[in-house]
Amino acid sequence: MKFVDEFRAPELITKAGEEIRRLADRNRHYRIMEVCGGHTHAIYRFGLKDLLPDNVELIHGPGCPVCVLPMGRIDDGLSLAAQPDFIFAAFGDMMRVPGTHGSPLEYKARGMDVRIVYSPADALKLARNHPEKHVIFFAIGFETTAPSTALTLVRAKAEGLSNFSVFCNHVTIIPAIRAILDSPDMRLDGFVGPGHVSTVIGCRPYDWIAKDAGKPVVVSGFEPLDILQSIVMLLRQLRNGETKVENQYKRVVPWEGNSAALRAMAETFELRPYFEWRGLGFISQSALKIRSSYAQWDSEQRFSVPGIRVTDPKAAQCGEVLKGVLKPAQCKLFGRECTPEQPVGALMVSSEGSCAAYYNYEHSKTVRIAGAASN
Amino acid sequence: MSIATLAPKIRFRETQIEMAHGAGGKASRRLVEGLFAPILFGSSTEPLGDAAHIQINGTPIAMTTDSFVVKPLRFPGGSIGELAINGTVNDLAVSGARAEAIVVTFVLEAGLPTEILEAEVRAMARAAETAGVRIAGGDTKVVEHGKADNMYVTTTGIGRLLSGVDISAQSVRPGDKVLLSGPIGDHGITILLARGDLEMEADLRSDTRSVLPLVEALVNAAGTGVRWMRDPTRGGAATSLNELARDCGHGIVLFEEKLPVRDSVRGACELLGLDPLHIANEGQFLAVVSAELAESALRALRAAPGGEEAVMIGEIRERPAGAVLVTTLYGGSRLVDMLVGDPLPRIC
Repeated sequence: MKFVDEFRAPELITKAGEEIRRLADRNRHYRIMEVCGGHTHAIYRFGLKDLLPDNVELIHGPGCPVCVLPMGRIDDGLSLAAQPDFIFAAFGDMMRVPGTHGSPLEYKARGMDVRIVYSPADALKLARNHPEKHVIFFAIGFETTAPSTALTLVRAKAEGLSNFSVFCNHVTIIPAIRAILDSPDMRLDGFVGPGHVSTVIGCRPYDWIAKDAGKPVVVSGFEPLDILQSIVMLLRQLRNGETKVENQYKRVVPWEGNSAALRAMAETFELRPYFEWRGLGFISQSALKIRSSYAQWDSEQRFSVPGIRVTDPKAAQCGEVLKGVLKPAQCKLFGRECTPEQPVGALMVSSEGSCAAYYNYEHSKTVRIAGAASN
Repeated sequence: MSIATLAPKIRFRETQIEMAHGAGGKASRRLVEGLFAPILFGSSTEPLGDAAHIQINGTPIAMTTDSFVVKPLRFPGGSIGELAINGTVNDLAVSGARAEAIVVTFVLEAGLPTEILEAEVRAMARAAETAGVRIAGGDTKVVEHGKADNMYVTTTGIGRLLSGVDISAQSVRPGDKVLLSGPIGDHGITILLARGDLEMEADLRSDTRSVLPLVEALVNAAGTGVRWMRDPTRGGAATSLNELARDCGHGIVLFEEKLPVRDSVRGACELLGLDPLHIANEGQFLAVVSAELAESALRALRAAPGGEEAVMIGEIRERPAGAVLVTTLYGGSRLVDMLVGDPLPRIC
């Protein structure tokens, strides 16, 4: 398959692995955070950790939109859509995420009209095809998915479609990275920067991480070779004492970002003064809300939203895992009370969540595989 | 002793039935093992296979049943009628039996056009003729409009055990090889695309077919060297192999580069964040064959019509005990679990 197989070529990957070993100073321990959940998933799926030396440690970052969404927002969205003649539309990613009284799929089993859509435009189509119902699109995602929500809002307004609104949970990546760097128990050497987000925002917004926080950033693609090459580039910077922003994902990410996407976002969204992140708490100016000029298509402005706040179960240590302070398996609930089937925290739900990725691909592998590799 | 004290313990704790309980993965297994089996089969600890083996007057008989609910009814490469016949023929085949007779139950929604029903009945007749099985009887129920999705079909089949086969998960040993009859994921992805929600197109057809001729070719070549077989339908190859790993207590190691997946299936899976190992098949089967006979078994499979794309995808090892591990070309590895619920596309 073109544009995929080239980046999974074994000889190149082996070479990149060797280069990492060569560059990594044996007397030093490296802690590198991959910000994006897509990277976390790829790292486990392709077994990339097996190719890294022990002193190059990957820390999973906050870039999984499902994982950082507080349960109260899910409850709010579901309670709105539970009214008669409403349709709750969301990406498949959301469907198993638990609210206080169950996940969207469980609500569906109890009779609520819940639809999986593949884009916000599909939700708009649902609204056109069901004029007798009100369609709520439960929007999630970083700057990756926000532009498509923005364009859908513009379209809904242009069509004057009155039975459609967006429950907006879009968040922005930069404040989350800042919160992690500000966290006192956090020590990082560099970042594998998010690839998809950067196709929209470009590479400039990371400048401060290199200049002010003094950490190198390499914006990376999602294939095995992309990720390993980004680690090579980070180690090179660290060895040379440099801190700069580099773009490994040039085939997709323009340095300046996508101006059409940014314009659509600016037209429809403004920053919320603050927003709650699961595990990280309230972060100022870290999320998007729909502008008042689009109030009619904003579920929160149009309907009364309960504003439910749910504190995470005390025993769950999602916050520590999300910040990279704890490894998934170090959480008290991991693999016992909290599994992909019966998730307590959202990190266990999304396949991009570090707990689910770890559970699915890695959980007790080291124990189970001992002795198998030599066969 | 009263019946009550004999009543077996139910371990199924979920308060309501979800779609996931029918998706063929972990939840389905919990429902069967936690609720159906203890009440219906008592304390029998026999692993649940694709077909039941029973004795009638000393003659061993294999028996199985399967219901078919599929949307859309027709899709590239097949339709519900063919699935209903092939599915039951295949469940019998992989339990080492040749289907002899099938009875059919139709649940029809009032308002279903006769034309559609007739087309499906004809498809069933054709599939039965191809598979060499007799349709011996049937039953029909009609429910109110809106209480069913066009039509559901249940088929129940009995079969005679092929001679010289003795398959069970317990006979699987480290060193045995895992064979697969052809590319995986064709059926599941075809259905996903045929639903039309995705605005994606691919040149892809369901793989629905009878695997009996391939099973016979394998059994003729390897006989009792064939330890275990399964047709990886809902839940995909990963779920079938995880069930085997659990039942035999050994580890299963798959070689990623050997897994046969068509480019169109791979592409769709990449886009949607799905794993081809979790996608349903309707015309493939997995077999575990002893190491000595694996090569000749594979040759025989490949020589049989429709078996040209068969491959050896992995082997049984002592570890990871009870789990399935996929090794990549460059020395990495990952565990592959059973499917949890329905495969949900990942977008954000």
